[in-house]
Amino acid sequence: MLSVSNLHATVGEAQILKGLTLEVPAGEVHAIMGPNGAGKSTLSYVLTGRQGYEVTEGGATLDGEDLLALEPNERAAKGLFLSFQYPLEIPGVPALTFIRTALNAQRKARSEKEITAPEFLKLARQKAAELKIDFEMLKRALNVGFSGGEKKRMEIFQMAMLSPRFLILDETDSGLDIDALRIVSDGVNALRSPDRAMLVITHYQRLLDYIKPDRVHVLAGGRIVASGGPELALELERDGYDRYAKAA
Amino acid sequence: MAAVKQTVDQVASLEKYKHGFVSDIEQDFAPKGLNADIVRFISAKKNEPEWMLAWRLDAFERWLAMDEPDWAKVNFPRIDYQDSYYYAAPKEKVGIGSLDEVDPEILEVYKKLGIPLREQEVLAGVVGAPRYAVDAVFDSVSVVTTFKKELAQVGVIFCSMSEAIREHPELVKQYLGTVVPVSDNYFACLNAAVFSDGSFVYVPPGVRCPMELSTYFRINAENSGQFERTLIIADKASYVSYLEGCTAPMRDENQLHAAVVELVTMDDAEIKYSTVQNWYPGDPVTGKGGIYNFVTKRADCRGDRSKVSWTQVETGSSITWKYPSCILRGEGSSGEFYSIAITNGRQQADTGTKMIHLGANTRSRIISKGISAGRSSNTYRGLVSAHPKAKGARNFTQCDSLLIGKHCAAHTVPYIEARNGQAKFEHEATTTRLSEDQLFYAMQRGLSQEEAVQLLVNGFVKEVLQELPMEFAVEAQKLVAISLEGSVG
Repeated sequence: MLSVSNLHATVGEAQILKGLTLEVPAGEVHAIMGPNGAGKSTLSYVLTGRQGYEVTEGGATLDGEDLLALEPNERAAKGLFLSFQYPLEIPGVPALTFIRTALNAQRKARSEKEITAPEFLKLARQKAAELKIDFEMLKRALNVGFSGGEKKRMEIFQMAMLSPRFLILDETDSGLDIDALRIVSDGVNALRSPDRAMLVITHYQRLLDYIKPDRVHVLAGGRIVASGGPELALELERDGYDRYAKAA
Repeated sequence: MAAVKQTVDQVASLEKYKHGFVSDIEQDFAPKGLNADIVRFISAKKNEPEWMLAWRLDAFERWLAMDEPDWAKVNFPRIDYQDSYYYAAPKEKVGIGSLDEVDPEILEVYKKLGIPLREQEVLAGVVGAPRYAVDAVFDSVSVVTTFKKELAQVGVIFCSMSEAIREHPELVKQYLGTVVPVSDNYFACLNAAVFSDGSFVYVPPGVRCPMELSTYFRINAENSGQFERTLIIADKASYVSYLEGCTAPMRDENQLHAAVVELVTMDDAEIKYSTVQNWYPGDPVTGKGGIYNFVTKRADCRGDRSKVSWTQVETGSSITWKYPSCILRGEGSSGEFYSIAITNGRQQADTGTKMIHLGANTRSRIISKGISAGRSSNTYRGLVSAHPKAKGARNFTQCDSLLIGKHCAAHTVPYIEARNGQAKFEHEATTTRLSEDQLFYAMQRGLSQEEAVQLLVNGFVKEVLQELPMEFAVEAQKLVAISLEGSVG
């Protein structure tokens, strides 16, 4: 599914990614852990095509298709979704309007029929109930005046509505209390399927108690320096990143 | 929701300025230039009574003694007032009585613009669709006014200003120039001398006007100015909603549009006045051409508890200079101003409002949304004042500016004067740049850059769009999108 090879990327003058290689097959959930400044968020922005993140070497493909040649919205239409660490506020645009516009833009790009208003509302009510989101909140401007936890829940709601094939969760657990963490994790787990894959970026092992990864990678100094099973996350929790930070 | 979608679709299929066509229509012109004889010529052409001519000549004399104002934050070369035509009218065979006598070329123009001039065209629409009556002003004259008969049945007078001067002189004499005095300002004074046509509305006591009224202004002739004059009177406990729309062909020279609009509301009456202004904005790169839109609009809330609401969507013109205002004279009267002003390319706008609180317990509300893109300049200028008798006056002002790109400018110039201790004024202002973070966020969800800009801008102006009559809100939303096309690069 996602294949990243020898990826080098700069932000401004700084070289952040220095030869990152990663394979995430369909049906699997991989976690990326690492110390601050290791390049975790940079990886998510490079993959989704944010301006200012320059790829200087290497590549990334989704199902064999070159991701880096596409505009951010084209990547979205291919099924790539990023749950933002800091979701943006969109004043004056109700959450439902935002999501429906996005969904139809994606459908159009894939030459699919647009979703009708009744279909959309039915889907939205169902997903909102699953994520315990008050439907009235979806009529308010997206993320404006929402708490940190509400914003994260709204990211997962968008994810559920857009039904992407490859999901990147960037520090989704930050700002969530235990109850919210459980609801969000349930939402993410509901999307696990043999034809989807996920990359879960996190500082802490805690999230991985709820979203169980198939593989855990340690990102340090712009490269993957260690990979292993779920037990690697527990080891990191116990020993910290020191060993890997030095190795990098 | 659907409207946002529609905007996105429409934009792809529209050109930048779709009203830029010129029509070849046989016209009558006054000789170029301006002097007392031209004023007499215009008055004679319109078969005006002696008192009207005297009024015009008096205005002309005063205008000669005045200077062009220079305080607005706009720059343009000096206007040569002698190098313009002050009267241009489509040649008519006889007095136009019915549509069949109107030059088919003109009908074609309005058809192209999508303005229904045949009542049956409006009636043939979807059952239950809102109807609206139209007064179509082509260069200097009103060519047709629809639904006059139906409106007359409830006592509403809706006609061209020329007709009102002939048919309802007592009303015109009573109200003309009482809100915007002849020598109020340079452009209003010029208008008083040479005004050509415009709309006249009178709504009798207790009548709620049964349909939207609208005027559609079109400048077609070359080197000509348009000086229309509109007067709307809402008598006691009446209500009327009125909309004006404007377009002009694309031309290299600048054309002057100096209009005057006067509104009067008596006790418990309400006027809702909406403008969708889409004059040709000039060339986006060189700034060549475009309309100078120097307009005086003012409402006098004479009656107690009367109300006037101005809503404007200003997207066109190379220069906009206008401040739709309310004189809140009646006790408990209220004024509202909702504005979207968009400048792109080389456009300049200096626009805002004046809320003059004279009576006790008067209220006003100002919501202004300025969007600057390209190399344009956009200024909000507003005055809120409370006079000694205006005890308990209240105002709320919200001025938001949105910048798109790095070469545009936004300014906010609020003046506040409270001459009594019991007035309560609130002012909030924000300036934000359309952030790349927001754009990326929307694009990551699947929107193209243009779609993302439109969605964010529509969100920014939504509060004002909601104030427009339904059918025009959709139109205005499309216009907003078109005006900003290609603004992010």
